[in-house]
Amino acid sequence: MSLWDSITRLYHKFGSPKYFYELSGKLLPWFLGLTVLTLIPGVIWGLGFAPIDEEQGHSYRIIFIHVPSASIAMGGYVMMAVASAIGIIWKMKMAEMVAKAIAPIGASFTFLCLVTGAIWGKPTWNTWWVWDARLTSMLVLLFLYIGFIALQNAIENPASAAKASGILAIVGVVNLPIIKYSVNWWNTLHQPATLKITESSAIDPSMLYPLLLSITGFYCLFGLLVLLATRNEVLTREQRSRWVQQEVMK
Amino acid sequence: MNPKRKQRLFIILGIVTGVSIAAAMIGVALKENINLFFTPSQMAAGEAPVGKSIRVGGLVVEGSVNRGDGLTLSFDVTDKAEKTTIYFDGILPDLFREGQGIIALGKVEDNGRFVAEEVLAKHDEEYMPPEVKDAIEKAGHPKGV
Repeated sequence: MSLWDSITRLYHKFGSPKYFYELSGKLLPWFLGLTVLTLIPGVIWGLGFAPIDEEQGHSYRIIFIHVPSASIAMGGYVMMAVASAIGIIWKMKMAEMVAKAIAPIGASFTFLCLVTGAIWGKPTWNTWWVWDARLTSMLVLLFLYIGFIALQNAIENPASAAKASGILAIVGVVNLPIIKYSVNWWNTLHQPATLKITESSAIDPSMLYPLLLSITGFYCLFGLLVLLATRNEVLTREQRSRWVQQEVMK
Repeated sequence: MNPKRKQRLFIILGIVTGVSIAAAMIGVALKENINLFFTPSQMAAGEAPVGKSIRVGGLVVEGSVNRGDGLTLSFDVTDKAEKTTIYFDGILPDLFREGQGIIALGKVEDNGRFVAEEVLAKHDEEYMPPEVKDAIEKAGHPKGV
């Protein structure tokens, strides 16, 4: 069982806050560099240089912000739920800290997605908001994130807080397929997905490439923010340990 | 894996399965109510209640827009099977045009006419620059094919 042994070794390594802090310190400049290299050109290309849409004109450009935020809102939630599950099952402190760090960042991207959607909806649909299945399930996702943060803050003991909020995160996973497929299962005002994995996307390549670059950039930014927030969490939770005191005194 | 961890793993898998089944059952039970609008086929089958605020959605039929005095107008929407005529007196969204998907909020009156209070434009998932659309039309294909 050498594979299992190496997984166990990795688990103990990544489970150590000190090891995480050192490794993430080395990764930070890479994430920062990648974010600068992808996010800035992606957004500028999309907002400034991609051609206009034949029907919507310039207002469609909000997809270069809206679609990446929506993707991170959902991807971030999956990460938070998986980290919570690992924290609950294996009592891994590091996983609990990652889940806690993701919550406010994921909530912010969800909020950004809802706001940009409303701003686009007014000129395109003629309304800021409708209670259709896609918009409502996305709002539920924001409430799930807020509930997670509220539970974390309501419970003093970090281990109990992680367990209670972790169960909420896991239960909330059921909302993700609902968000994704709401536009196919029900009649909604929101249009179906433009980017498709299994078939060709319903968007011209001149708009697709800046969109993909922008999505990559948003993910790099998300990774960077999660690393920074997790490092803060490590320092807070391990403040009594020798290495943190040495780190802070440096 | 030690028994305690295994137990916790199964509890979590149990929660996820249970909640998924519950959500699926709620989804099936509410299927019709979660739909934002009635299709013209549903309207033709008389599924829409009379006198209640409902939404009707479909594609605006080419050549069906009749403008009356002021802002009043009527147009047909279709789901490619049935048609519903919508009467409206108000400002249409910029994206309103023949062939475009729209959703109208309004009521079916006693005489069977659907009178809208608000018309929303539904956008499709396709994005293309105007030159690409021209090229497609010149090649003799309808939009998006």
